[in-house]
Amino acid sequence: MKTVIDDYIREEMFPHMWCPGCGNGIVLGAIIRAIDDLKWDRDKIVMISGIGCSSRITGYVDFCSMNTTHGRALPFATGIKMANLDLKVVVVMGDGDCSAIGGNHFIHAARRNIDLTAIIINNMIYGMTGGQYSPLTPTGRFGTTAPYGNIDQAFDLTSLAMAAGASYVARGTVYHVRQSISLMKKALDKKGFSVVEMISDCPISFGKMNKMRTAVEMLKWIKDIAVSKKAWENLSVEERKEKFVIGEFLDIDRPEYNERYNEIIKKAQKMGGNE
Amino acid sequence: MKQKKLVEIYQNNSVKISVDREWCKACGICIEFCPKDVLIPDNQGKPIPENIDACIKCNLCELRCPDFAITVEGVKEKDE
Amino acid sequence: MNNLKKEKNIKLLQGNEACVEGAILAGVRFFAGYPITPSTEIAEGMARRLPRLGGKFIQMEDEIASMAAVIGASIAGLKSLTATSGPGFCLKQENIGFAAINEIPCVVVDVQRGGPSTGLPTKPSQGDMMQARWGTHGDHPIIALAPSTVNEILTLTIKAVNFSEKYRTPVILLLDEVIAHMREKVEIPTQKDIEVIDRKKPTVPPEEYLPFKPDSDGVPPMANFGEGYRYHITGLIHNYKGLPTSNSQEIDAFIRRLHNKIQKNVKDIIINEKYFLDDAKIALIAYGSVARAAERTVKLAREEELKVGLLKLLTIWPFPFEEVNRLAQQVDLIIVPEMNLGQMVLEVERAAQGRCRVVSYSRVDGELINPIEILGKIQEEISK
Ligand SMILES: Cc1ncc(C[n+]2csc(CCOP(=O)(O)OP(=O)(O)O)c2C)c(N)n1
Ligand code: SF4
Ligand code: SF4
Ligand code: SF4
Repeated sequence: MKTVIDDYIREEMFPHMWCPGCGNGIVLGAIIRAIDDLKWDRDKIVMISGIGCSSRITGYVDFCSMNTTHGRALPFATGIKMANLDLKVVVVMGDGDCSAIGGNHFIHAARRNIDLTAIIINNMIYGMTGGQYSPLTPTGRFGTTAPYGNIDQAFDLTSLAMAAGASYVARGTVYHVRQSISLMKKALDKKGFSVVEMISDCPISFGKMNKMRTAVEMLKWIKDIAVSKKAWENLSVEERKEKFVIGEFLDIDRPEYNERYNEIIKKAQKMGGNE
Repeated sequence: MKQKKLVEIYQNNSVKISVDREWCKACGICIEFCPKDVLIPDNQGKPIPENIDACIKCNLCELRCPDFAITVEGVKEKDE
Repeated sequence: MNNLKKEKNIKLLQGNEACVEGAILAGVRFFAGYPITPSTEIAEGMARRLPRLGGKFIQMEDEIASMAAVIGASIAGLKSLTATSGPGFCLKQENIGFAAINEIPCVVVDVQRGGPSTGLPTKPSQGDMMQARWGTHGDHPIIALAPSTVNEILTLTIKAVNFSEKYRTPVILLLDEVIAHMREKVEIPTQKDIEVIDRKKPTVPPEEYLPFKPDSDGVPPMANFGEGYRYHITGLIHNYKGLPTSNSQEIDAFIRRLHNKIQKNVKDIIINEKYFLDDAKIALIAYGSVARAAERTVKLAREEELKVGLLKLLTIWPFPFEEVNRLAQQVDLIIVPEMNLGQMVLEVERAAQGRCRVVSYSRVDGELINPIEILGKIQEEISK
């Protein structure tokens, strides 16, 4: 039988390079299912990623795809989108990729509210380089470069995106796949900068350092730390530690960058002149 | 098109579960989180739908499989 | 208006403005940049001009992002250019490498100022010659051009865009603070007077397209994203399909092809000019604003009946190895005046292979090299 997935992947690249149980594969499946539901013309879909285990995702999909440099996926995507407004541009990044080396690009893409969808696979660690802490590693958790525990505070990417000017912001997890697919669909369909943070498991790098050596243990943990907005309200400050709200945080209409640039084109052409 | 060499198909009169043994990496996610305990691990840790009659076709195993190695399809009566 | 004026569009332009003119004529329709002296007028000109032509300008958050956006826009089909100076050129290097490995046409203008670091923001330098060649890591191909007049800025900007399209490679245009800010009369060609080269498109249907399989000229045809050819681009070394490879034969062939597509075409790419070289016994080799002084030096030297000539380099990379080698057989002495502590002189020495004496004349105080001091250097060397 040919499944939806089979239809969208570059089969010669499979089985993929990710470790057993790695959440990257679950997110890939969710993105494909969301895109398939939207019935987009796949010749007009572009998927861009940065560098990291998660960013290898672009090698597996049968779209126009680009595995760029570490942290830079969003500016590459910005150029692509501006050059061809017919393209649907989906950007997939790891937590380190998006929030450390690419943190500045992330807030600026949000600030411009350019029509891109950013999906961040947050496994709370640098997976590819073997388990160093990232800006999304929870305080107190361990990484190979935080052997005594991480003293940094983690970003809340969703709050960051909202403050910076995104149009759509949501958070899902690899445990809550069905819900995540619907969040992704809304994000993909949104005009403007849309963000879905996906809490994901990395049993090999995060799990190993944090006493969750299997994907099953990690998914149980993720199930445990993800709470609904309602449940969150009833938690004490102490109980909120290391918990994440999942669901939709923002869905508003704001002027999109290319729409505004089109106004500039009209204005400039009206003013004329050729110097 | 895809030629899955090592796909094992399990079927009763309402559901067909396929496991691609080449792609499956035996992570155990499908087995652990199946709400009806349909799946059990074989000696390599890959799923066998031992309890296929309990399957409610919720597709969660398929959606959560990181390797696209398990699929669940409903079987229509008239197809038999 | 008299006839002559009608026919020729002559304008007094600043170097950076001429770069904008050239870019527009060559078909550039996307610019992403970040302000930095002494290159900013290029960004300002593009911000004004591009939207009138339906093109796009964006000021990004930094030079890393600008370079990325420029590459992205090129992949989606717009000819793209960015401009910067030393500190920004450093930041662009990461993604210049990405453009090189993925053979994405794009042009990077580096208006050189004194360095290292913040250095001398408003003073000229030629300190980035080696950075233009080796700034991004790994063995990679590059083309770099260095105009020395405002008119040449215009014509070489067009060349730079054309080379980038023809050879699918990033091209660096090296200006310096002096020529970027100097005003000179420029004859602006009409669109039909200039040659505009567009990237080769695939001639096969999407199922048969191999995005990194070269034609016999070493350059693969390029489908823009969104044209129905679905393929992968990666900064990893890749095979014909664009997918990562760890096959050592494929890797070797890939790296060598990237180089060879430039090396095989040096005849087309290398441009230079010769002044009084036919009977010269002493040659100056210069580029950029120093070449202007050197040209004047040749005149002064000839007045004193010294057989001095000038090889003015317009293409810096690939370096005109053969040409300099031949020159070294003809002359007794080559002097290389540069606004750095001796960068291109190293290449000249390499190419001369000991066939003549090669000496460097350096100035790194932020001031231009003047014709008299080069003449002085000539006299000093002959009296040795
Ligand atoms: C400029 C640069 N710095 C560092 C690296 C090394 N590096 C590769 S992946 C990575 C971190 C990836 O972590 P993350 O983005 O969280 O993705 P994951 O691997 O966890 O999916 C780093 C630091 C690089 N490739 N490029
Ligand atoms: S190291 Fe972690 S993120 Fe990378 S493939 Fe393995 S499990 Fe996935
Ligand atoms: S479809 Fe649902 S019930 Fe059936 S095996 Fe999969 S997870 Fe279990
Ligand atoms: S979830 Fe997929 S990879 Fe993991 S054990 Fe089940 S079938 Fe195998």
